[in-house]
Amino acid sequence: MGAGHAHKLYRHGHSPVHALPPHCKLAAVLCFVLVVVSTPREAVWAFALYAVLLAAVAAVARIPAGFLLKRLLIEVPFVAFALLMPFVVPGEQTELLGVSVSVPGLWGAWNVLAKGTLGVAASVILASTTELRSLLLGLQRLRMPPLLVQIASFMIRYGDVITDELRRMSIARRSRGFEASGVRHWGVLAKTAGALFIRSYERGERVHLAMVSRGYTGAMPVIDEMTASRTQWAYAGALPLTALAVCLLGWTV
Amino acid sequence: MHVPDGFINAPVSAVAGVVAAGAVAVSLRGARRELGGERTAPLAGLVAAFIFAVQMLNFPVAAGTSGHLLGGALAAILVGPFTGVLCIAVVLLMQGILFADGGLTALGVNITVMGVVTTLVAYALFRGLTGVLPRTRRSTTAAAFVAALVSVPAAAAAFTLIYAVGGTTDVPLGKVLTAMVGVHVLIGIGEAAITALTVGAVLAVRPDLVHGARGLAAPLKLRVHGELVDVPAPAAAPAAPRSTRKVWATGLAAALLLAGFVSFYASASPDGLEKVAADKGIDEKTQEHGAADSPLADYGVKDVDDARLSGGLAGVIGVGATVVVGSGVFWAVRRRSTPQAPVTRTTESV
Amino acid sequence: MSLPSAPVPSLEVSGLAYAYPDGHQALFGVDLTVSRGERVALLGPNGAGKTTLVLHLNGILDAGAGTVRVAGLPVGKRDLAEIRRRVGIVFQDPDDQLFMPTVREDVAFGPASAGLRGAELEERVTAALRQVGMEEFAARPPHHLSFGQRRRVAVATVLAMRPEILVLDEPSSNLDPASRRELADILRSLDVTVLMVTHDLPYALELCPRSVILSDGVIAADGRTQDLLCDEELMHAHRLELPFGFDPRSVAVPRP
Repeated sequence: MGAGHAHKLYRHGHSPVHALPPHCKLAAVLCFVLVVVSTPREAVWAFALYAVLLAAVAAVARIPAGFLLKRLLIEVPFVAFALLMPFVVPGEQTELLGVSVSVPGLWGAWNVLAKGTLGVAASVILASTTELRSLLLGLQRLRMPPLLVQIASFMIRYGDVITDELRRMSIARRSRGFEASGVRHWGVLAKTAGALFIRSYERGERVHLAMVSRGYTGAMPVIDEMTASRTQWAYAGALPLTALAVCLLGWTV
Repeated sequence: MHVPDGFINAPVSAVAGVVAAGAVAVSLRGARRELGGERTAPLAGLVAAFIFAVQMLNFPVAAGTSGHLLGGALAAILVGPFTGVLCIAVVLLMQGILFADGGLTALGVNITVMGVVTTLVAYALFRGLTGVLPRTRRSTTAAAFVAALVSVPAAAAAFTLIYAVGGTTDVPLGKVLTAMVGVHVLIGIGEAAITALTVGAVLAVRPDLVHGARGLAAPLKLRVHGELVDVPAPAAAPAAPRSTRKVWATGLAAALLLAGFVSFYASASPDGLEKVAADKGIDEKTQEHGAADSPLADYGVKDVDDARLSGGLAGVIGVGATVVVGSGVFWAVRRRSTPQAPVTRTTESV
Repeated sequence: MSLPSAPVPSLEVSGLAYAYPDGHQALFGVDLTVSRGERVALLGPNGAGKTTLVLHLNGILDAGAGTVRVAGLPVGKRDLAEIRRRVGIVFQDPDDQLFMPTVREDVAFGPASAGLRGAELEERVTAALRQVGMEEFAARPPHHLSFGQRRRVAVATVLAMRPEILVLDEPSSNLDPASRRELADILRSLDVTVLMVTHDLPYALELCPRSVILSDGVIAADGRTQDLLCDEELMHAHRLELPFGFDPRSVAVPRP
């Protein structure tokens, strides 16, 4: 599924990163994140190198820095949490800008921030260079159970339809002068949720009828075959392999 | 706010991943039974889309804060535990890959905590309660309330267990988190209230669609504006045989025991990161997510040294009990429900 | 079988009765024959059993009594796949019908389920989309199309299966006048048997030379559309009403 949606996830483009088969990209991102998570937190320089690696990929994919940074906001709640760490974790204290903070707390905060941010950045690059639809095909290619892929693909197909229904119901509520402002309005909102569930379920039943009417017997027909060449795997592998080298250095140095 | 990368160390993340994969594999089989073979994909997909959408429905709490449904308990009660696990797992997977919400390496942790534990605890409690309480709509709603209420701290306990084993930093958040007890309790209660009200709303219109209350609905037929709705065959909703009451009672006792542990435990580890995040002026988008998740929130244990141990113990017992209760209930349910629910209704949309 | 010289009708329904599992009976012996190439409108009040009848045509519901034959092949468990290929149902809400992520994949779903692959599949998809004038939208997600476009793609998804008979459930509902006319042009251009369930009586008159009225689970009338619509007594008895100001007598029907 193309760019679109209410959420602008995918950035259309023709970069080498866009062109890679989705399952290669998925595997590469997963391996990269695994490597990052396994790196010792003390190897600060290693995380800097990871960041440089990701920046290079983003540059090749022609993703503007601003776009990437904006999407990183998703982890803000965690930043808030990480910032608390130096103050609440017990242990050796040190002075930082005149405030007494704990050393293990600082390390903990650094650890979560660095690894979390790199993980989010890698996922963002993946999502902005791969169409939703290809991501699903990629997951299927990576041996995710077909039923799970089907469920995910229905979720994506109908996510917008159902969110739209929710929006219409909200407009209908507000048109009649209702504005949810507190706990006493939960009943009304829950009725909305209940009605939404019934509509969703009934739509599921109708979709099933439509599928069966076109010959569905439980398995999705193969419409697009996807293959990746050795070169493509090599391209995709560049990121996690370089990261792995950095990680190993981090353990030894 | 889902667990990001780097929060739980790699080995424990991997173990959680295996647990999650196993649970999903079991659920894939179970869901076919719950929804009926080839109907599984479209129905579960639409329910997942529903959960995804309903997480965007903000419920105002007070003073400008708002929370939203996590949906685990709701999904379990409405469509059954297996489908519930599947739907939440798919939602989490998509959130992780598309929105980078929750780390990819933490996907196992997220699915285990928010999908599996929430759903199973809620469903076990719900079935236990509905088995013992009189079969009325009111008690079904009440059971939904309790189930959702307990499921949130249960997830928190499960998370704490995982954190105790594989957390990358010792965080005695006791002091800070205690200050946020109010917010967190509100979230649990909020989840419960909204789940119960939503279940009640569905019960009022399409009682047959509430999986956890199928025994409740007498076969009935609705004719609304020419829409002719045939509701399930009696076969799909057999009255519980007397003998299973004992199973329910046992399940309930076990679940209450679990609830006791959990609440004892949860009181030490409340959560309110949401509140903190909101206070820091995070924009609406983040708030949507920020207001979310208790599980993550409750990583704290009051005083690490022994509290962590006791927390872990409580977690172990809690999870163990959940597994026992869960399997007991599933066993009973499987025996009870007829293997296949055929297409029993059709809409006359003429 | 009848005389060897007579072509096999696209659809033969005889003595069809059906009760839902809860005991509510919707059909009480329906007899209907539609010859190859005919366009027939199925009219009737709400709750008459129209959708129930439609769901029998491709074996989603099993007849309680009576039989349904599609081009001579009896509808039953044995040939279900072939039956579902021959009977193309276009459901009322295109969002229900278009369940795949892109238009192209959706149109390909039916033929691919039947085992088509590669270039042949691609050709089938392009041809079907061309028939409804939507070929340049192949890569788009259905969600981004207008309602009228989605309805047309829904027709294409069924055409891609090369059906013997096209069954449309309320094809003109929710369409603006232009989309309504475009769809009518498309339907007229198709060389396929059409059974159209509708409340839109002018649309039935425009497209279908013949109409049947389903009422209380039986076929209550069967004849030229214009004759049925002009029979005020009959129309009134089955809760059928013409739009304000519309006089079926004043319309020149292309093919009497």
